[in-house]
Amino acid sequence: VSANGGGRILLDFEGDRRSIDAYEQAGGYAMLRRALAMAPEEIVAVVDRSGLRGRGGAGFPTGRKASFLPKDRKPAYLCVNADESEPGTFKDREIMLRNPHALIEGVLIMSFGIGASSSFIYIRGEYRTEFEVLKRALEEARARGFVGRDVLGSGYDATVVLHRGAGAYICGEETALLSSLEGERGQPRSKPPFPAVAGLYAAPTLVNNVETLSSVPYILAMGGEAYAAIGTERSKGTRVFSLSGNVRRPGNYELPLTCTLRDLIEGRGGGPPEGRTIKAIIPGGSSTPILMPDQIDTGIDYESIAAAGSMAGSGAIVVIDDRTCMVQLALRVAEFYRHESCGKCTPCREGTRWGVEIIRRLEMGQAQQGELDLLLNVCDRILGKCLCPLGDAMAMPVASYVTHFRDEFQRHIDEGGCPFVDSSPIAPLYHEDLGPVTASI
Amino acid sequence: VSRQPDQAAAQTMAGARETRPPMPPPLVEPEAGAPLRDRILEAVSRYPEPRSAIIPALRLAQEEYGWLSTEAFEVVADTTGFTPAFCKSVASFYDMFRLHEVGTHEICVCTNIACALVGAGDTLRALERELGIKAGETTPDGAFTLRTVECYGGCGWGPVVSVDERYHEPVGPADVPGLLAGIRGEGE
Repeated sequence: VSANGGGRILLDFEGDRRSIDAYEQAGGYAMLRRALAMAPEEIVAVVDRSGLRGRGGAGFPTGRKASFLPKDRKPAYLCVNADESEPGTFKDREIMLRNPHALIEGVLIMSFGIGASSSFIYIRGEYRTEFEVLKRALEEARARGFVGRDVLGSGYDATVVLHRGAGAYICGEETALLSSLEGERGQPRSKPPFPAVAGLYAAPTLVNNVETLSSVPYILAMGGEAYAAIGTERSKGTRVFSLSGNVRRPGNYELPLTCTLRDLIEGRGGGPPEGRTIKAIIPGGSSTPILMPDQIDTGIDYESIAAAGSMAGSGAIVVIDDRTCMVQLALRVAEFYRHESCGKCTPCREGTRWGVEIIRRLEMGQAQQGELDLLLNVCDRILGKCLCPLGDAMAMPVASYVTHFRDEFQRHIDEGGCPFVDSSPIAPLYHEDLGPVTASI
Repeated sequence: VSRQPDQAAAQTMAGARETRPPMPPPLVEPEAGAPLRDRILEAVSRYPEPRSAIIPALRLAQEEYGWLSTEAFEVVADTTGFTPAFCKSVASFYDMFRLHEVGTHEICVCTNIACALVGAGDTLRALERELGIKAGETTPDGAFTLRTVECYGGCGWGPVVSVDERYHEPVGPADVPGLLAGIRGEGE
C-alpha cells in the first residue's frame, strides 16, 4: 500500500488483482490477520480516526456509523451496498472487477469489528460478470481459510452471502436494500428506527458501500492518521471518481480529495471533445444539481461541492457539452426517477409523473406560458417531503436546470418546440420514429 | 431528420476502450444441471429466513422457463413457502423479471444520460432498423426482443448494450451489424 501512485490507494496498480495470489503478493489479507488480533472496537476506532466517509452518496462518517450499533446484541449483520445504480456511477463495478479481494477483506475486517454474525453483499442484478468475479474470489478466500468457521484459527466465524438484486434503482437506498434482501418489494422504510438498531430481520445492521469497505484494509495498513493526512480538513483520503459524458477519456480515476473538477475533467479526462465546450457539469450523479463551466475550479471534496451549490453524491461526474439540449437532459433524468419511484410516498409518486409530463410537453412544443413555474412548483412540493431521497433526486437537478438555463427552457415554449433537434446528442431518443425510451416488457 | 451518427461520440468511445478494465471469461455454474427445486432449496438454506430466497428463486425459475409463467410462480411459491400472489407481487417490482414470454435473445440498450450523451439513440435506431422492430417488441421469428433500460453502470464505456444479460461496451451504430451477426452465429 502506498499513497504515492499518483495519489491512488485502492486502485494503485495496473491491470487487475482478481486472483487471490496476485492480491496476497501485494500484501493482501495481512490486515485481516492483524485485525483478528485486535480488539474489535479498536478496528472501528482506526476507521473513525481515518475520517473515512461513506462513498455511496451520503458521505456519512463510516467509523461513527459503525459505532451506532449496540454492543453485544446478537445477531448483528453487515450489508454491503453493491447496488451501484445512480446514473453516471460505475466505480464500484471497477473496484469489484479489478480488486475484489480488497472488498472481501474489508468486509471480513469490518464484520469482525462490529461483531456481525453474517455479512451480505447485495450486488445489483445487472452486474453479472462482477457477481461472477466476486463469487470466484469468495471461493478462493474460503479455500484459504479467510471465510468460514474459525477464520485463521481465531475462533471467529465469518459467513458471507452473495446476494443478487433484480433491477431496481431504489434498492441502493439502505432501508430499501434491506426490504429487498428480506425478499420483499424494495420499498424504503421510515427512519427511525435506523438500521443500526433495527435493520436486517430487525437486528442491528451496518450498511456500507463497496468503495467504503474496500478502503478499510488500506486504512488499517496505513493507520487512521496517515489516511486522514490525505485530503482536506473534512474530506479525507482518496476517492474513485466516475467520469463520463462528453469527455475525451472517460473512465474511473482515483484522486486525493484535494483535487478540483478541472484536475479530473481536463487533467485526467482530456476535456470535452475537439471543438466543443463545456455547457454544464453534473458533479455527483444524476440526482445532484448542475454546476456551470465557470465553477470548474471547485474542489472535488464534499464541502467544496456543497459550497458551490450541489452535492458530491456518488462521485459521478458527467460532462455535458454545448450541443446538448437541457430540456432533453431534464426529460431523461425525470423519466428515470419516475420509472424508479417505488410509489410509497405521494409527493414522489405523483410529482415524478407530473415532472415528466410537463418536461415532455416542453420538448414537444406543447407547453403553455407559465409551465416553467409550474414545474418548479412541482419540484418544490417534492423536496424534503418523502421517506427517502428518490423524489428529491428528480426535483433537485430538474429545478437546477430550469434555474440555470431558464432562457433555453423558455425558448421551447416561445418557439413551439425544441430548437436543438438537429444538434443535441439526446435528440434521436425523442425526435425519431423510435419505440418508447423506457420500454418495459 | 438527417442527423448523422456523431464523430465526437466515436472519439469518446475510442477513449473508453483504453480506460475499460479487462473483463474475465464467463463463469459456468457447476450446479446448473441440478433440478430447479433442489437449486431453490439450496438458495433457501443460505439465508437466516427463507423469504430472502424469493428473489434468487425467481431468478432460478426464470432461467429454467425463460420467463415467469404461472407454473414458474407455483414452483417458487411451493419451495420457498409463500403464496404465488406474494411471489408475483415481488417479481413485478423488479425490472429483470420477465412476466411475459420474450424472444430467444434479449437485447437491451441503456438510454440513461451518460449513454444518451454519447449516442445511445443512434445505437438504438440502428438496432431497430437492423431488426425491423421497435423497442419493446419481438421479431416475428421470436429470435430477438429489443428493449431500452435505465442506467447499467457502464457510463464511461457507453453506449452500453446487453445481450442475454452480458454487457457489450461500447456499441456504436457501426458495431450493430457485427453484434447481431455474432449472436446469430453462436446459435448455429
